[in-house]
Amino acid sequence: MKTILLGAAALALTATITIAQDVRMGTEGAYPPYNFINDNGEVDGFERELGDELCARASLNCTWVTNEWDSIIPNLTSGNYDTIIAGMSITDERDEVIDFTQNYIPPANSLYVALSEDADLEGGVIAAQVNTIQAGYVAETGAMLLEFATPDETVAAVRNGEADAVFADGDFLKPIADEDADLSVVGAPVQLGGGVGMGLREGDPLIEQFNAVITEMKEDGTLNTMIKKWFGDEAVIF
Amino acid sequence: MFAACADPGQIEGLTWLVCYLTTGKHMAFYASFGTVLLLLAITAPVALAFGFVGAMASRSPVPPLRWLGLGYTSMVRGVPDIAFFLFFVIALDQGLEWLRHHAMCPDWTDPVRQGANFIVCTQAKLPLSSAPQFWHEAYNFGLAIFTFSIVFGAFAANVLYGAMRAVPRGQLETAQAYGLTPGQTFRRILVPQMWIYALPGLGNLWMILIKATPLLFLLGIEDIVYWARELGGAKTSAFAYPHPDWRIWYFLALLLFYLAFTKLSEIVIARLTRRLSRGQAFAP
Repeated sequence: MKTILLGAAALALTATITIAQDVRMGTEGAYPPYNFINDNGEVDGFERELGDELCARASLNCTWVTNEWDSIIPNLTSGNYDTIIAGMSITDERDEVIDFTQNYIPPANSLYVALSEDADLEGGVIAAQVNTIQAGYVAETGAMLLEFATPDETVAAVRNGEADAVFADGDFLKPIADEDADLSVVGAPVQLGGGVGMGLREGDPLIEQFNAVITEMKEDGTLNTMIKKWFGDEAVIF
Repeated sequence: MFAACADPGQIEGLTWLVCYLTTGKHMAFYASFGTVLLLLAITAPVALAFGFVGAMASRSPVPPLRWLGLGYTSMVRGVPDIAFFLFFVIALDQGLEWLRHHAMCPDWTDPVRQGANFIVCTQAKLPLSSAPQFWHEAYNFGLAIFTFSIVFGAFAANVLYGAMRAVPRGQLETAQAYGLTPGQTFRRILVPQMWIYALPGLGNLWMILIKATPLLFLLGIEDIVYWARELGGAKTSAFAYPHPDWRIWYFLALLLFYLAFTKLSEIVIARLTRRLSRGQAFAP
C-alpha cells in the first residue's frame, strides 16, 4: 500500500513538473552588466535576473545556456535553444530572421571609449564586436572597422593601441571607462536601434507569454527598478 | 569556498589571491583539465582501433576493402585538422538529425534546408531540446571525440600500415613454411612484432594529439582554453573579483601545462621503447 501511495505521489509530482514548459534561454555570457559568467561560473547580470523573473511569472521552467555571439541567431533558428536574451537590439535586419518581443530596455546610447580625448572617431580605427549594430554603424562612417568576436577583446584592442577607440553600448562601456583611469568616453553619444528585446524563432507562440509578462513588469515598475539596479540611476527607463 | 572569502571587497593580498583562485569559476577551469584528459583517455584507444582496422583494410587482398582503407587514410590526412573539424562535426550532427527527421517525421512538408538554416522537426533534434543541459554537453563532447578519433585514426592507420610492412619478410615466410594460415600468421607473427616499428610513429602521434586538444574550444566545448580566456578577460566591479586583463597569465599557465604534459609523455614513450626493444637483434 505504501509503495502504491509513494508511486502515486511520484506520478503526481512528475505530472506537475511536466506541466511547466521547458524553455532554454540562450545568452552570450560575456557582456557585463547585461549578461556575464559570475565568479561561481553561473550566468549572471541584468538579463539573468530579468529572465528568471519573466520565467517565474509565466510559469516556465527555464535553463540557461551560453553561445558565442557570432552564431547566436543560427543556433536559435536551428533549435539549440528557444530564446535569445543577450542584450540584442531590435533591428529590421534581425527581425526578418527571428521574432522579437517588445523591448525590455528602452533605446539607449552607444558610446566611444578611447585612451585619449583627441582620438580620431571619423577616420581612425574603431573596434566593435562582430554582428552588432555598432559594427554596422562604424562601417558606414569613414572610420576603419576592426571587429572582434567578444566584447572584452574590443576593449583590450584599445588598451593595447590596436584600435583608436571602441564603440559599443554605453551601459557596457561606462563601468569600464569609470574604473580604468586610462580610458574615457569621447565624442558624442549615438542613439542606435529600437531598444533591447528577446529573440525567438519566427512564429513561436512563446512570444505572447513573454510579451504579456514584460508588459506586466513595465506596468508595476519592477522592470525600471531592475534597470536602475544594474545600469545605474542615470539609465534610460520606461 | 573559505569563510574568509565571504566578502571579497574587504580582503587583499595573498588572501585575496587564494580566494580568487578558489572561486566556482576557477573550479570549473580546473575541472576542464579533466575534460582534456578524458578526451585523450578515450580518443587514444579509439583512434588506435580505427587505425588498426584502417591498416588491416589497406593491406587487404580484397580490392574494395583496400580502396576503402587507403581512401580513408589519404583523404583525412590530406585535409587540415581545423577545416576537417569545422566541417565534420556540423556534417555529422546534421546528418544524424536528417536521418532521424526522415524516420520520425515522414509527414513533414517544409524543406529541411531553409536558406542558411537547417531545420528538422522537434522530435528529431539531437539531443532533444527538452533534455537536461548535461546531455547537450555530453553530445557535443561525444561528437568531438568521434571526430578526433577519425582524424587521428587515419594517421595511426598510416603508421601501423608502415609498421606491418616493416616486419621482416623472412618471419612471415617461415610462418608459412610451418603451415600457419594467413590469419594465424597475422595474429601470432605479424602483430606482436610490428609494435616496435610502430612505436616511434605512435609516440609522435600522441604528442600531436595532446597539442590538438585546444581544438575542443573551436567546437564550442568549455575546455581549458575557453576558461582561460573567460577568466583572463578584464573584469569590472560587476564581478566579485575585479581585475585588469590577465589573459597572458592564464595562457602562460596553459603553456606550462602542455609543456609538462608532453615532457612526461616523452619520458614514458622512451621507457616503453627501451622495454619493447629488449631482445631485438636489430632494434631500430
